[in-house]
Amino acid sequence: MSAAHIEDVLETLDVETTKKLTAEQLDAFGAEMDAIRQRILSDLGEEDAAYIRRVVKLQRGFEVAGRALFYLPPAWPLAVASLSVSKILENMEIGHNVMHGQYDWMGDPGLNSRMYDWDNVCPGEQWKYSHNYIHHTFTNVLGKDRDIGYGILRMDEDQPWHPYYLGNPLYAFLLMVFFEWGVAMHDLEVENIVKGTRTLEDNKALHAGIMRKVKRQAIKDYLLFPALTGPLFPLTLVGNATANLVRNIWAFNIIFCGHFPAGVATFSEEECENESRGHWYYRQLLGSANITGGKLFHLMTGNLSHQIEHHLFPDLPARRYPQVAEEVQEICERYGLQYNTGPLGKQLFSVARKICKMALPPKTAGA
Amino acid sequence: MSTTAPLPALGRRILRSRVLAALTTPHGVDRYLEMVNPMWAAEEVRARVVSVTRENPLADGPGSAAVATITLQPTSTWRGHRAGQYVQVGVDLPGSAKRMTRCFTVSSAASVPGEQITLTVRAHDEGQVSKHLVAAEPGLIVHLSQAQGDFTLDESPATPTNNHLLFITGGSGITPAMSIVRTLLRDGYDGRAGRKVTFLHYARSAEDQIFAAELAEIAAADNDVTVHLRHGDHVFSEFELRRLVPGYRDTDTWACGPAGLMELVVAAYDGGGEHRLRTEFFKAPRPAAGSTEGDVAFTRSGTTLAEAANTGATLLEQAEALGLKPEFGCRMGICFSCTTRKTEGTVRNVLTGVTSSLPGEDIQICVTAPEGDCAVEL
Repeated sequence: MSAAHIEDVLETLDVETTKKLTAEQLDAFGAEMDAIRQRILSDLGEEDAAYIRRVVKLQRGFEVAGRALFYLPPAWPLAVASLSVSKILENMEIGHNVMHGQYDWMGDPGLNSRMYDWDNVCPGEQWKYSHNYIHHTFTNVLGKDRDIGYGILRMDEDQPWHPYYLGNPLYAFLLMVFFEWGVAMHDLEVENIVKGTRTLEDNKALHAGIMRKVKRQAIKDYLLFPALTGPLFPLTLVGNATANLVRNIWAFNIIFCGHFPAGVATFSEEECENESRGHWYYRQLLGSANITGGKLFHLMTGNLSHQIEHHLFPDLPARRYPQVAEEVQEICERYGLQYNTGPLGKQLFSVARKICKMALPPKTAGA
Repeated sequence: MSTTAPLPALGRRILRSRVLAALTTPHGVDRYLEMVNPMWAAEEVRARVVSVTRENPLADGPGSAAVATITLQPTSTWRGHRAGQYVQVGVDLPGSAKRMTRCFTVSSAASVPGEQITLTVRAHDEGQVSKHLVAAEPGLIVHLSQAQGDFTLDESPATPTNNHLLFITGGSGITPAMSIVRTLLRDGYDGRAGRKVTFLHYARSAEDQIFAAELAEIAAADNDVTVHLRHGDHVFSEFELRRLVPGYRDTDTWACGPAGLMELVVAAYDGGGEHRLRTEFFKAPRPAAGSTEGDVAFTRSGTTLAEAANTGATLLEQAEALGLKPEFGCRMGICFSCTTRKTEGTVRNVLTGVTSSLPGEDIQICVTAPEGDCAVEL
């Protein structure tokens, strides 16, 4: 028996031992989560406002510095680094979180989920629908949550295998490189068009929004800013593209570690019919995974390194997640529920393994 | 860069250019400018408090509140205002970090772009914004909308008439009328309004009378303006109005004040002359009346889509029960798809139990139930 095989067996066991709670236990578990949520909500105030404004200021600083450094050719790597940091902060700690409505209570139009649009080719309006509503409501429910494999990948045993999925690792690699484009096309549900359950007509309204946003983003990064640097046009263009690529790779990896490491549970539609609030919390917990790391790391992930806490409390300011993580973990221990966490390397390896494993047809029983 | 002076014209043109907008997409130029200088803006309007002057220093009896005139220097983006218009003022309240936005009438004469304006504000007991403004220190930055409202002198200076004008105001309702009269006197010939103007105002007491010195001056000067001030228990009566302005039903009239006064004025014009009367109400937040009393109204850009007795269910459920189809998502308060603006009334968040009576507040209708009367913009 190879080491990999033993791990396989352990993983299977792990899945099978996903702890089930009784309805009463679920209610009690939900009440404890509600209590945390309530406590944080009533404590929101100046510190949270000052924090997000500080991050915005920091991000704008990196943005301006990055754009300016392209005028000094020897500083090109620095320019790319600065712009990459800006784009990562803007997409993850600011854009994702602001568009979740985490700062709506401040009444600042500049930080309001209904007004904010992010530095990404995916229009914020469409992203809020597929992410805030579909993904966060039906998290890890097969057939409902299109974030399981994004309609491109096979990321769960219960997704039926097809020879197409032999390309799983390749598709994942391409999705990583072109992540923002993948996110932009997510709402078009291309896989459902291929299947014939969705028509091109259904996408008409979405096309215009995507094209408008793509045009603006492309003009900015691939035409105007390069043109402003005159003879350095090609260098700046490549630099901007690199910054977008760096952001794509980073965001892809962090996000994949949030739902796809081994041990993360998926659910069937039947399991979640008329589910209680407690079961919703239970599903959010078991459907997510955290990444351990330092303060800077958490900032650069937009605190999505605390994916579990984010899924339990998607509309609380993300800086609160590390504060409640210990308490959530303690509650999970008491209920005997798994709290999936680990360092970036471990979670990434686990995700990569799953991507490759799911490329192959399931082993038949007894093999 | 210590200056908070507005931007010069060339800077404004550059900041509003399409190129700069494209370079700063999707956030826009203002999101960068505000980091450098809060008085620099391409689209948004902000203002710096220049001075705060108490209007009723002697009033401190029961029921009276401090009134102050706040002089504001707006950013160069301010497009000016017509006399009688109001502006939304947003302040970041210290402590809560929440920006509260309220409407205040501009009390100074009509302004041109970039010109200083004044607001005259009464610090209500429950008015967090008004109290903050009345106690403001010079230098405070506030957020403004452009001027709004049609409670204005509707003839342009280019086509003046000499029709008689009548203003009936009560309490803080004096501010729009004051702005109009100030404009008439400023823009008229030789400090004259240029037509007969009758100004009838009701105040709680002589001590509580705002603009007292200026009104006395206007009354004494030879300027075509007649000022009648009524204090204390002296209530409006049709009889008195008819005595002061016999043809009032044929006179262009602007009335603004508390609900009690307004009802009497509207009744006086009932059955003839309604088209001469322009009214503006000030609505104060009403406290919670009880969980399932009152009416719930769903509106869209001013028109009422449906109205029914409050059933106590969430606003989303009540809207759907009335056959409306508001946008929604998770139906559990996490996705913010159903966020809409509550224009009036008290609501309770069914998850947290927190109630709120703030006007013009964004709420998630899937987890919000009305308490008493409530109006929601879908």
